[in-house]
Amino acid sequence: MPSNAPLSPTHFVAPLDETPLVAVDKVQVAAKPSNLYLDAWRDMRRRPLFYVSGVIVLLVIVVALFPTLFTQLDPRACALSFSNQGPSAGHPLGYTKQGCDVYARIIFGTRTSLSVGIIVTLLVTVIGIIIGALSGYYGRWIDAVLSRIGDIFFAIPYILAAIVIMSVVAREARSILVLSLAIGIFAWPSTARVLRGQILSVKNSDFVMSAAALGVSHFRILLRHVLPNSIAPVIVITTIGLAGAIVAEATLSFLGIGLPPDVMSWGKDISQAQGDLRNNPMTLIYPSIALSVAVLSFILMGEVLRDALDPKARARR
Amino acid sequence: MTATTVATTPGTGRDKGTPLLDIRDLHVGFVTQNGIVPALNGVSLTIMPGETVAIVGESGSGKSTAAHAIIDLLPGTGKVTSGRILFDGQDLAATSGKAFDKIRGNLIGFVPQDPMSNLNPVWNIGFQVEETLVANGRAKRGKDVKAKAITVLKEAGLADAEIRLKQYPHQFSGGMKQRVLIGIGLSSRPKLLIADEPTSALDVTVQRVILDHLATLTGDSGTAVLFITHDLGLAAERAEKLVVMYKGKIVESGPSLEILQNPQHPYTKRLVAAAPSLASRRIQGSHRERAALDQVVPDAAASRVTAAPVITVEKLTKVFQINTGKLRSQPFTAVDDVSFSIPKGTTMALVGESGSGKSTVAKLILKLESATSGSVTVGGKDINKVSGRELLALRRQMQPVFQDPFGSLDPLYNIGSTIAEPLVTHRVGSKKERHARVLELLDQVALPTTLIDRYPNELSGGQRQRIAIARALALKPEILILDEAVSALDVLVQAQILALLTELQSELDLTYLFITHDLAVVRLVADHVSVMRQGRIVEASSTDEVFDSPREEYTKELLAAIPGTGIQLGV
Repeated sequence: MPSNAPLSPTHFVAPLDETPLVAVDKVQVAAKPSNLYLDAWRDMRRRPLFYVSGVIVLLVIVVALFPTLFTQLDPRACALSFSNQGPSAGHPLGYTKQGCDVYARIIFGTRTSLSVGIIVTLLVTVIGIIIGALSGYYGRWIDAVLSRIGDIFFAIPYILAAIVIMSVVAREARSILVLSLAIGIFAWPSTARVLRGQILSVKNSDFVMSAAALGVSHFRILLRHVLPNSIAPVIVITTIGLAGAIVAEATLSFLGIGLPPDVMSWGKDISQAQGDLRNNPMTLIYPSIALSVAVLSFILMGEVLRDALDPKARARR
Repeated sequence: MTATTVATTPGTGRDKGTPLLDIRDLHVGFVTQNGIVPALNGVSLTIMPGETVAIVGESGSGKSTAAHAIIDLLPGTGKVTSGRILFDGQDLAATSGKAFDKIRGNLIGFVPQDPMSNLNPVWNIGFQVEETLVANGRAKRGKDVKAKAITVLKEAGLADAEIRLKQYPHQFSGGMKQRVLIGIGLSSRPKLLIADEPTSALDVTVQRVILDHLATLTGDSGTAVLFITHDLGLAAERAEKLVVMYKGKIVESGPSLEILQNPQHPYTKRLVAAAPSLASRRIQGSHRERAALDQVVPDAAASRVTAAPVITVEKLTKVFQINTGKLRSQPFTAVDDVSFSIPKGTTMALVGESGSGKSTVAKLILKLESATSGSVTVGGKDINKVSGRELLALRRQMQPVFQDPFGSLDPLYNIGSTIAEPLVTHRVGSKKERHARVLELLDQVALPTTLIDRYPNELSGGQRQRIAIARALALKPEILILDEAVSALDVLVQAQILALLTELQSELDLTYLFITHDLAVVRLVADHVSVMRQGRIVEASSTDEVFDSPREEYTKELLAAIPGTGIQLGV
């Protein structure tokens, strides 16, 4: 028996109780199932910034849906006799030059901003996902054609494109929907590019090949395996893009080529207040604050999502 | 922990004086959100001047952490929490920053694991070699450094060193890059060279040449070498002393041969028993115990060979068009006139080094790529002539298991849906029946059924491969195409999966096409072997014949390159 042979003096053996043997490849799992999205959700709920931005986003949504919960005043009931008056009882933010209540106008303007933000985002995401997914997954000439189209749209800044489109559109035809289309039609290429890049790296995974060997159709593989594994960065840029769309609406309204006169909007209020910047700066500052807070909350939410959806960033903390 | 200190080596005729490297009770931990996670728990080891020592262990055993701690290259979150690292009398654990720069590279050389990512692709080789020489004070900028750089490359065994200096890493093969890195590591004549899995990314024949060369270089200069490796055979062949690590501790250390022939610690015993390069017999089905290795059943293999072939590959050829830029492309024959057949219930191994075309054969058989010419007949049908419903039926008979355990499962599918996907795709059974089948399959691959709602990221590499096997078996196929299915796993886990595959084969009468670069594993599982080189099959025969009396020079070379083949176990 070789095991009885004398050991050389340099042969060291650790006592077994110091490192007890574990069965080879023993299954050890945490208490709860986890995958990228479940982990991201758990991670977000540990972050104060998630609650701060989440509360503001929720508030913006509630204000947009039910403005009358926040003010009983009619923002259109303006009287020149109140022009540029300061705050008074029931009118905490004072009056505009036209004698309208600033607070009421901000409350009612929320819906415009959010509507444009959501419609633009939907448009950008749908076009971006379709084009990005098709060009990334199918490659070859489909990719060549779709990517060049994307490049053309990408070369034109979407704000500039929207200005051109809106100045062509007749004044009567202007509406929230038209404005959103004008912004969204040139904003999708970045979404498409990000998704295409992700898909290129995911589609060569072994699990995609396994599914193909099973006989799963290409389209189904794209839909069920490739897209869910590539969509995380799109979620992030979509959230941040929503903030961008709100800014774009304010910009166009500020320039006076955005919305029809009867629609209230923060951008328009800022534009109208600029003449009185010296004698009544608050009429400009209040809608600006509303705009900044709304935009900031969506950007912060995007940051939270980005950190949560990037496992590497999570490990760094 | 004084008991864990390995005494200096008496009776080996070496300098019995002070050790070159003396690690005492080293503790290293990684700082995480949940506090410090220990990686090394009291490691003590000594290296005498000129000695070659190998640390062996599975992934996560702390072997690389130990190496990185010595040269202060722990990742940002890693910290030496206690213990001393005495190098030539200086405590490295207490040294850092500028003072360490003098030691690293100068006195201790380092050869990293992955030659592909350790040379900067935007600088030419000459610049990178010269940079090291200047940084270590071995040469001044100017003509002097160029001449020295050429010497370094020549020593590293690269012909045409002058021309090579001006080339970029992408113009070098993996083996050549590793030569450069070894040259850089040894350029300043360090007293100690740490080689962290220096050849695990390379083909075996290249590995052998490089390790031989490394041994000559360090032998000539009297440099001590610390090898980090997962391969027990390689460690025993190359090092005088073995250190076996397990869970951040040293469980056994001593003279290499003695540890292999007379392992004491149960973990070392496990390792020795599982090392494929040291074992010699095909694993037999219906025996889960490793002891089955020693039972020779010559009749079984013989009777299986006579069965009718399930897969017949005839004159299979695949030509790719490789873009050479400027809208031109060049034909490249990846698979060249390959023919073989696999009898039912047997395993055929397709062996070859990287680029031999073996994985392309797998894709052609699975119809994931279409063949340029030739035919693949599965169950009497030519797969190139079927489509639609018939193809779907054919896919049911034949399922793949791929190499990368971290890429072969969709991270967003839980285990239950992963295994059920084939059933859903082929509309097999009701939801309830599918659930029952998933549980049955989990049981078949020896995993707890509680895993059904878990996700792949919670599992180890070996467990993921089990899931991949379960998925492949879901439709009760006759054939499994195993494309490097165990190559990425630790030896113990590998042995376990191989045993599982053998067990399943005898239970379900499966036919395997086992594609691998590792000849050592082939002996454990295959009945037949085909050796591929540059798209062609150079030798095809029964496993015993190939191993005992190889005909082709190339096969002999491959066999000789398996690390540890010459070692007699004596157990």
